[in-house]
Amino acid sequence: MAKVMKSVDVVIVGLGWSGSIMARELTKAGLNVVALERGAERTPAEDFVFPYIRDELKVRVRNGLMLDTATETLTMRNAPGDTALPMRRWDVFSLGDNVGGAGSHWNGITWRFTPSEFVLRSHLRERYGRDAIPAELQLQDWGVTYDDLEPHYDRFEKLCGTSGKAGNLKGRIVEGGNPFEGPRSDEYPNKPLIMSQAGLMLTKAARELGLHPFPTPASNSSAPYTNPEGCAIGQCQYCGHCEYFGCEANAKASPNICLHPVLFRDPKFELRTLSYVKSLNYDAQSRRVRGVVYIDRRTGEEVEQPAEMVVLCAYPFNNVLLMRLAGIGKPYDPATGEGVIGKNYCYQTNSAVGVFVDEEINPFIGTGVSPAVVDDFQGDNFDHGPLGFFGGGYISPTVSGGRPIQVRATPPGTPRWGAAWKEATAQWYNHWFPLSIHGTSYAHRNNYLDLDPTYRDAIGRPLVRMTFNYPENDRKMSVFLTNKANDIAKAMNARFTTPAPRTSNFGAANGQASHHTGGVIMGTDPKTSALNRYLQSWDCDNLFVMGGAAFPQNAGHNPTGTIAALAYWSAKAITEQYIKAPGRLVHG
Amino acid sequence: MADQAIPRRGFLKGAGVAGAGAAAALTGGAAQAQTPAPAVTAAAKQVAPNEPLLALTAAEAAFFTAAFDTLIPADKLSPSGSECGLVTFMDRQLAGAWGNGARLYRAGPFMPGKPEQGYQLPLTPREFFAAGIKAANAYARKTFGKDFDRLSPTDREAAMKAMESGQAQFPDFASKMFFEALYASAMEGFFADPIHGGNRDKASWRMIGYPGLPATYARTAEQYRGKKLNIEPQSIADFI
Repeated sequence: MAKVMKSVDVVIVGLGWSGSIMARELTKAGLNVVALERGAERTPAEDFVFPYIRDELKVRVRNGLMLDTATETLTMRNAPGDTALPMRRWDVFSLGDNVGGAGSHWNGITWRFTPSEFVLRSHLRERYGRDAIPAELQLQDWGVTYDDLEPHYDRFEKLCGTSGKAGNLKGRIVEGGNPFEGPRSDEYPNKPLIMSQAGLMLTKAARELGLHPFPTPASNSSAPYTNPEGCAIGQCQYCGHCEYFGCEANAKASPNICLHPVLFRDPKFELRTLSYVKSLNYDAQSRRVRGVVYIDRRTGEEVEQPAEMVVLCAYPFNNVLLMRLAGIGKPYDPATGEGVIGKNYCYQTNSAVGVFVDEEINPFIGTGVSPAVVDDFQGDNFDHGPLGFFGGGYISPTVSGGRPIQVRATPPGTPRWGAAWKEATAQWYNHWFPLSIHGTSYAHRNNYLDLDPTYRDAIGRPLVRMTFNYPENDRKMSVFLTNKANDIAKAMNARFTTPAPRTSNFGAANGQASHHTGGVIMGTDPKTSALNRYLQSWDCDNLFVMGGAAFPQNAGHNPTGTIAALAYWSAKAITEQYIKAPGRLVHG
Repeated sequence: MADQAIPRRGFLKGAGVAGAGAAAALTGGAAQAQTPAPAVTAAAKQVAPNEPLLALTAAEAAFFTAAFDTLIPADKLSPSGSECGLVTFMDRQLAGAWGNGARLYRAGPFMPGKPEQGYQLPLTPREFFAAGIKAANAYARKTFGKDFDRLSPTDREAAMKAMESGQAQFPDFASKMFFEALYASAMEGFFADPIHGGNRDKASWRMIGYPGLPATYARTAEQYRGKKLNIEPQSIADFI
């Protein structure tokens, strides 16, 4: 028999960016909020301490801050007919853990998606014809527009002290920023980070080619900053330990430093760590969840927490798992294309060109965010008419620490070991960087998430089964973008370049990002989406689902900015509409 | 080949495992004679102790010594892999949580799967390396007549290449898979912070010009841009 707790207004499952934003907004609106976090406490003052946080082996290679696969992992296969097998360790990507979630170990890259991404299906049909979208792709509109989200993007950038340069201020194109971005209501709160050698080289070469380089928006603060919540953010030290690491300078924005100091002081908020939500109590007849059941990981005891409202802010895989186990929404079936839960899982189609140059790169001086980028070949920023694919990505040099276990290269033809390898490694370590392509991942009918029939997690639930391969469309995009990056690399007078487009299957040693989207997608129609435009379940009125899970397909920009903007957008709908009249915010 | 294991233990007892002395003893001096005199720094020279073993058997330590010195030979750029402490590194890694399967999903059923599906063996790293070393030595005996650590440098290189290409036949898993794990460990030990036992005297960081810690460049990022830095590398241990 589960212990039953006193009912609360709101239960939030997972305290990363979405959960922290939602908790802050709902407590400010007067609701009592309990956040249930699977992981342990995590505070920069205790956990991100110099010198120990700078241990590449422990923190990066052994995934020190990440989820233990023995507790929870996925199974993976490339196609619906294959047998999925568990990802027994994190090789291709890794998932976050503990308070702050992925928001504590991200790189800090803070994009807004391009306006056309939110209306992708309508936009492409309008621009290229009603039948232009390839049959293999399952592209959808989001039900929310860039203009809807703009104030929320702005809020998130101010929360993080994002460093950057506006390219479009209220419709006026500003020299030096991104001319392809949607209109911004305001400049970034901090100036761009200091440009690196590779950033200068990209900027010069791209301009020579007629492209539009600009400083990548970075939530790695270029100056000391106090955000509107009153939380202090430090100055970036360019130490090169961002992604996979916590920031000891408190310069990289995270829920832990940007929101928790105020949230944890609010008597309306309660955090329960090591509280592993196992299932939702769903009543299909009343279209409501009555609360959640979680396991207290200190004792193993099952606890029932009733609530008036539940907000799922876990990782996309866990959000899908909880929806499926509760039976909320029809499971997606790739054979018929019907159903919504698990639908449109997308990843990120990344590739790179290795660039070998004469210049001293000093890759150890850097942040997780490349200081320069071109967005000319992003999304639909260029004409796809004759190209035979849709989508694109940004191109930027990845110079984010030069941590030597993982960041080294030798010219093509060099042996991988022995004296010749040593000589080439010593010669080229400081004269090489990857020019990276961060590309769209467009939804394919066969790419989806469901429950594995065989393998189970540490508390006996099925593992989520990922069925994914790179669609033909995305492979063509990757070849095109990688060639563009190679042109830029050659314009830098590189000695050698090593273009490596994404043309093989998705696999355990074949991915480059921990960006996972879809599975509980938002949209305009309950037949084709799981959530309405406010991220409220079409099937369960007091359940809201946040995060990348809500993206109908993934854009070529990093997802965090949009995940946070959606949380603010949804919180606004809850506090301004739902609280006054709990029920369906949109009638499908 | 029990008759080979017994004298090896004798060697190890007297010579130590992880230092330069062990490498010389185990290769009978042949490798030393053929490689150029290493520019061993003073600190690395001092560190050739009888490192106690936490996990490895004598035969495993001898294999790792020979394998790491083949992958990372001593030359003017750095001491050899074992001289840099890589056997100590490997011993500690395999004795610890990672070696014993922490953060590894180990529930069955176990199936080989497709290459895209990644590691699917039930073995922990400790068990995997134990099995791999036995298989590598069996391959070396069959092909060259001796265990891997007793081969000449030329034959070691040939055996290593046969594992790298997958041509060497192993009974339980592909020799290429073993090579890749061995290679990854060598790179980890060589380039990781010296607190883990390898990269003694920051030999690899000196070799490539990686400054390690403290890496606070907010005031110098522009001044250093595009310039070669000559910064004395610093380890975690230098700040405690």
